[in-house]
Amino acid sequence: MGLFILRRLGVMILTALCLTFVVFWLTNLTPNLEKLAKTQGNFRMSDEAVTSYLTNRGYKQSLPQKYGQWLGVLPGYVIEGSDGETRGRCVAFEQPIEEAPRFCGILQNEWGFSTVFKEDVSTIIAKRLALTGKLMFWVMMVMVPGALIIGVLAGMREGSGTDRSLSTVSIISTATPEYVSGVVFIAAFATPLFGMQYFKGTATAAMDDANFINFFLPVITIALYGMGYIARMTRASMTEVMTAQYIRTARLKGVNFRTIVLRHALRNALIAPFTVIMLQFPWLLNGVVIVETLFNYKGFGWTLFQAASNNDIELLLAVSVVSVFVVLVTQLISDIGYVFLNPRIRIS
Amino acid sequence: MEPLSWTGALGTFLNPAFGIAVICLLASAFIQMVLSFTASPMRMQSNADGTLVKRGGFLGMFEQTTQAALWAVILVILGYIAVGALMPYGQAGIIGAMSKQFFPVWILLTVMFVLSIAFKRHLGLYGKLFDSIVGMIGFGLVMFWVFTAILAGAFDMLATFDPLTQVSGLKNKTPGVTVPDGTVGSIPHYLLGGDNLARDIFSRMIHGSTIVVAIAPLATLFAFMVGITLGLPAGFYGGRLDTILSFLANLILAFPVILLFFLLVTPEIVNSPIPTVMAMVLFIFPLIFFAVLLNSRYHTQPAKRTPILVVVLGVLAWLYLSLISQEGTSVAFLPNWFDLFDINSGILVVFVSVVFVNSPTVYRIVRGLALDLRTRDYVAAAQTRGEGAWYVMLWEILPNARGPLIVDFCLRIGYTTILLGTLGFFGLGLPPESPDWGSTINEGRKLLLIFAHPALPPAIALLSLVLGLNLLADGLREESLKD
Amino acid sequence: MTDTTYDGPILEIDKLSISFFTRLREIPAVMDFSATIRPGEALGLVGESGCGKSTVALGVMQDLGVNGRIVGGSIKFKGEEMNTMSRERLRDIRGSQIAMIYQEPMASLNPAMKIGKQLAEVPMIHEGLSESDALARALEVVTDVKLPDPARILKSYPHQLSGGQQQRIVIAMALMSKPSLLILDEPTTALDVTVEAAVVELVKDLGKKYGTSMLFISHNLGLVLETCDRICVMYSGEAVERGSIEDVFDEMQHPYTQALFRSIPLPGANKNARPLIAIPGNFPLPHERPTGCNFGPRCDYFEDGLCNENLPIEMYPVHGNDRHQTRCLRFQEIDWNAPIDVGAQTAKPEPGRVVLKMDNLKKYYEVAANALFGGGDKKVVKANETLSFEAREGETLAIVGESGCGKSTFAKVLMGLETATDGQILLDNKAIQDIPIEERDTKTIADVQMVFQNPFDTLNPSMTVGRQIIRALEIFQVGNSDAERRERMLELLDLVKLPRAFADRMPRQLSGGQKQRVGIARAFAGDARIVVADEPVSALDVSVQAAVTDLLMEIQREHKTTLLFISHDLSIVRYLSDRVMVMYLGHVVELGSTDQVFAPPYHPYTEALLSAVPIADTSITKKHIVLEGDIPSAMNPPSGCPFQTRCGWKSQVANGLCEKEVPPVRILSEGHQVKCHLSDRDLADMEPVIQIAAE
Repeated sequence: MGLFILRRLGVMILTALCLTFVVFWLTNLTPNLEKLAKTQGNFRMSDEAVTSYLTNRGYKQSLPQKYGQWLGVLPGYVIEGSDGETRGRCVAFEQPIEEAPRFCGILQNEWGFSTVFKEDVSTIIAKRLALTGKLMFWVMMVMVPGALIIGVLAGMREGSGTDRSLSTVSIISTATPEYVSGVVFIAAFATPLFGMQYFKGTATAAMDDANFINFFLPVITIALYGMGYIARMTRASMTEVMTAQYIRTARLKGVNFRTIVLRHALRNALIAPFTVIMLQFPWLLNGVVIVETLFNYKGFGWTLFQAASNNDIELLLAVSVVSVFVVLVTQLISDIGYVFLNPRIRIS
Repeated sequence: MEPLSWTGALGTFLNPAFGIAVICLLASAFIQMVLSFTASPMRMQSNADGTLVKRGGFLGMFEQTTQAALWAVILVILGYIAVGALMPYGQAGIIGAMSKQFFPVWILLTVMFVLSIAFKRHLGLYGKLFDSIVGMIGFGLVMFWVFTAILAGAFDMLATFDPLTQVSGLKNKTPGVTVPDGTVGSIPHYLLGGDNLARDIFSRMIHGSTIVVAIAPLATLFAFMVGITLGLPAGFYGGRLDTILSFLANLILAFPVILLFFLLVTPEIVNSPIPTVMAMVLFIFPLIFFAVLLNSRYHTQPAKRTPILVVVLGVLAWLYLSLISQEGTSVAFLPNWFDLFDINSGILVVFVSVVFVNSPTVYRIVRGLALDLRTRDYVAAAQTRGEGAWYVMLWEILPNARGPLIVDFCLRIGYTTILLGTLGFFGLGLPPESPDWGSTINEGRKLLLIFAHPALPPAIALLSLVLGLNLLADGLREESLKD
Repeated sequence: MTDTTYDGPILEIDKLSISFFTRLREIPAVMDFSATIRPGEALGLVGESGCGKSTVALGVMQDLGVNGRIVGGSIKFKGEEMNTMSRERLRDIRGSQIAMIYQEPMASLNPAMKIGKQLAEVPMIHEGLSESDALARALEVVTDVKLPDPARILKSYPHQLSGGQQQRIVIAMALMSKPSLLILDEPTTALDVTVEAAVVELVKDLGKKYGTSMLFISHNLGLVLETCDRICVMYSGEAVERGSIEDVFDEMQHPYTQALFRSIPLPGANKNARPLIAIPGNFPLPHERPTGCNFGPRCDYFEDGLCNENLPIEMYPVHGNDRHQTRCLRFQEIDWNAPIDVGAQTAKPEPGRVVLKMDNLKKYYEVAANALFGGGDKKVVKANETLSFEAREGETLAIVGESGCGKSTFAKVLMGLETATDGQILLDNKAIQDIPIEERDTKTIADVQMVFQNPFDTLNPSMTVGRQIIRALEIFQVGNSDAERRERMLELLDLVKLPRAFADRMPRQLSGGQKQRVGIARAFAGDARIVVADEPVSALDVSVQAAVTDLLMEIQREHKTTLLFISHDLSIVRYLSDRVMVMYLGHVVELGSTDQVFAPPYHPYTEALLSAVPIADTSITKKHIVLEGDIPSAMNPPSGCPFQTRCGWKSQVANGLCEKEVPPVRILSEGHQVKCHLSDRDLADMEPVIQIAAE
């Protein structure tokens, strides 16, 4: 078991390195850097000026070098620029070069500086992540129990009326992406269009003080899309288990239906959905970005959108690293959880 | 002309009927669900004297009510459409006018359904689809949009106004508004109102369908080619090849889709050679696929194989070269007269990135199926008569994996549609004036709290297409599992 | 919980009819079925697959699923009508009074629940015992089913046990509440022969000990003979004959029963002198049953105008026998003792020159000790250990063994799907053991072909039958044009006695036996000289088995093919093989001509195997040998002799030699060799296992 986790961790770190390298490469493409130079310097910069600007700030080093410095495994650059000023990657504002540390990458917890928010990236990330954490908590609280209950009820008696009604509901919800349901919900419940203006169409206020009125719509919008998918998985898993031989054995042992569902079927039926819930995270990020943009809730997804549309390289990198990390950790949990839930694998 | 109301004269009778039917349906479905926890399901019981008795009728009664209410709802909707299409223009309100506008689509749909149902026993899996209500509804929704897209895109029918023309005074006007005299259009109303640039929302929705219906299935098809070409050997051989390919697939899967789009679909990247390079790599897979497919089948008869291969690969290679050769970029190597088409680089990057994110999932499905099917005796039989590995994969394994793959294909088109919408929603890739549904929703959402009507039609259109695809997939899955 | 006040029949089924309802039609699965089981009696329900025998069992349990429904008749359990029973009453009876044992033990145990808990549940529900009392009871019953270390077993999960152990747990579960009726639905089909014998023995003993009545469902007449008092033969949804075992076996009164007995290889049947007689035609599909007698179209005694009249045929009592009835209109006219019309007798062909020679063949696999978590130690599985034999032209060599004996690995190495670790395979004196199939020339590949076990798997479901045979012809470079190949394909269909129209059919339109014939045609597409038949008939019904076996024999005779017949079924092996090779855990334990292997002296494993095979003949007496435990895993073989853990003769060898050394190969007589430590005297003292009473 320990060996298994170690191997998974190894693969995970390798994946993280590959992915961050791709992100680093894509954000550090020459056109992006030129755009950065122009937004930071001035828009009518000549090509030579752009080149010297980038060279002086270490952007013209080779990609692996820059990546290593950003990671913090290579010493930060110290470049004597064409304008005579000497700049170092690790030199803080008005700090003499000699006092600067040699390494300053994310391993040293140096995440850089956001050009859009004019703030340290690490503080932005911490703040925004906390807000999204709040949103996700409520999404999970609505989505997971809802989906599991729907799935189990539907799969319990395959082909019954309950099954058909609930399956239809879950198909509709999987067919409704967040930007559709969000728009429909806002139009229906936050505008006077249908006379049902019960909720707020923006969740900006929920950042400080979340309540039912201003937080319900964003939560339900994200939850709904994932809910249908998990419910369908649960239903499929449940129907499969309910037709298994051992359920017949239990039935013909004289076990009543409720006990069959709760004691014999449920545990076996929940193994598959558990994995699915955990693997939902990369998709959930989609929803988070859409919903936070739509409802103007300034969390992690909103930050991602802002960083991407404003070419804020350091912030975008940091956001990418965090999201890749979250995805990989949930995958790890899913793997380990699967093994724990399934005695067939655990003890062998 | 007067502005149109929603249902016009039709509404006085049908609206209450619709309301009652919907309420009945919801109530009955709900009661049925509650009852199913306590009451036992209906059971036929035979007695010793040979008679049959139904037991547990209370729940059964509500099952029948639900069924009846469902049919009532469907009938009323059909009523709106049919009566609306037949009543004179304007009498049946916006819904009637729209139904009239879609008249060619209704005809095509009816013809297709009548023919399919008449010959359903001879049409294999497609025919079986018409045994399942869910499948039929799904198929109907999908074909509605397919016909709409074809008629609007290829024959310039259905749409009432030009999707890009702005008509002064109609900015953000509500549905059914009358257009000023002299406006070029086939009817005197903006059926679904005007958007914030005073364009006809109804026509934009219709033209948007063309873009979605053209890109989504094609992108999915390419993703399947890539996924199948890589997934089959991974599952069949296993070992190191499988490890490496699966690692790469997991790498892409671990990448949050939205992040990938933000990084890939930017103006800077559109202008860089990256999309073209990715297109060169991804689009080569169909060529490889068909070359291997035909060669493995006919390699015992070179006299037959060579001409087939030359013709098929020649055509494909021409398409391929035309596709990647772009005028005005670094890969403009084909002379103009030989280059079949050029693709807008914005659309190309969207296309490529959608294929890119879909392929790993297809790869995993195909790999799993191959892993299962390779243990079959007929695969062993093929091996023991000395068949090549690719023959076994493409002619023995792949045809028998078609059931789950067709189902997933339908689901995946829906998912691709959602992804395209997401891109449009963030204003990525496609030009901002493009009428595709995602971009239109994006335009509409900015003023959503003040004018809700511009964002709703594309949202509902997208929802109905994706729902149709999901229902279709569900119907197909159910029917392919039966007997 | 046995109700002592009731002394009538335990189960009375009267004119029971069960149908399944599909989208298109009602499919009657069981029609007019009656049966009675008295206390302590065991009734065997015999028939081919699809005859409705399992449906009867589920009908008794009132568990027919969504589509199944009882459409007529009554089922009385201890005088109480079950069809109108309330759900609660039904639940009370299930598990406590009627218990059921199923075909697949692994599937019928909950994988996520400990064995002890699953067992304890029964008395907790029905008798309201506390958990600790229930567990104590479970321990008792698990000891009763002779499982080693019962306390540990109660704490384990089902997947930690072997197939035989799981089946014992299922039996234990059924006996937890001491039911008065036990329904066994093919309880041993998924098990190996020696394990099956032990489980059958156990069921018989426990049935006596607990005084339980049994409904034993099986397709195997021999098994029913060993376990039951009475038998009911079913055909196509109807009972065709029922009576006591002796009456039905020795004085059968229905043509189907007779045909069934003539198509199974009993001792005495011989492929040359007394070939099997297959039942002509096919089993009718439930919705395509003929009018009148269901068996009519396949019956030797069919009379037009009588047997195909559209009138219900009743069960007619046979006078003079105890409750012996038959559903045949002509049973009194038929001369049941008429001698069997023996088919064409053929001379035993002389074996030709040696075409295939194995010399010290070894095949080892390296596998990771722990598949999921990867890494760790590599283990070597010795799938084949020093395999040596010769096969001659026109000869049938049977390879016998249970699961894990290495017979499939051997086939793979011969076919070139794997390469040998050591040793030689000589095909016409050419070494091929190291040439994988991709590098073999077309001639070699076409010469060595294979017939597979599972008829439902052997053909590609999405290609027409003709196309699949033509593909083989293309690969073997037979014929110069498509037309020539098509002609050859049609000839091959003739060869396997299939109508030419089948060329354009899809495999799903064919029955199991027909598919197997196509598989044979495909194997002979390149005029194969050596055919490996991997259990080609074991998945088929008995009546079809005979037809396919005879076809294989016929083609072999015509083409002088060398047939390597892999099987676990000793009856069929005795019937068709010239020489027999017995394998156990990768070792050849015995090799000799059929007569030599089936007569003493035996290898102890061969002896046990012979004793384990049920034989459907009342005149046979068998020596009773039950092997302890299960077959060891090939991953973890025992030290010394591979069979020493289960061998009944081990004590005869001094110094524990069996545990220390692999026995040497000993030549007992010309062409007869065994791998055993037993002394010559012990071997000479062995008695024959099967004895036919004087006729």
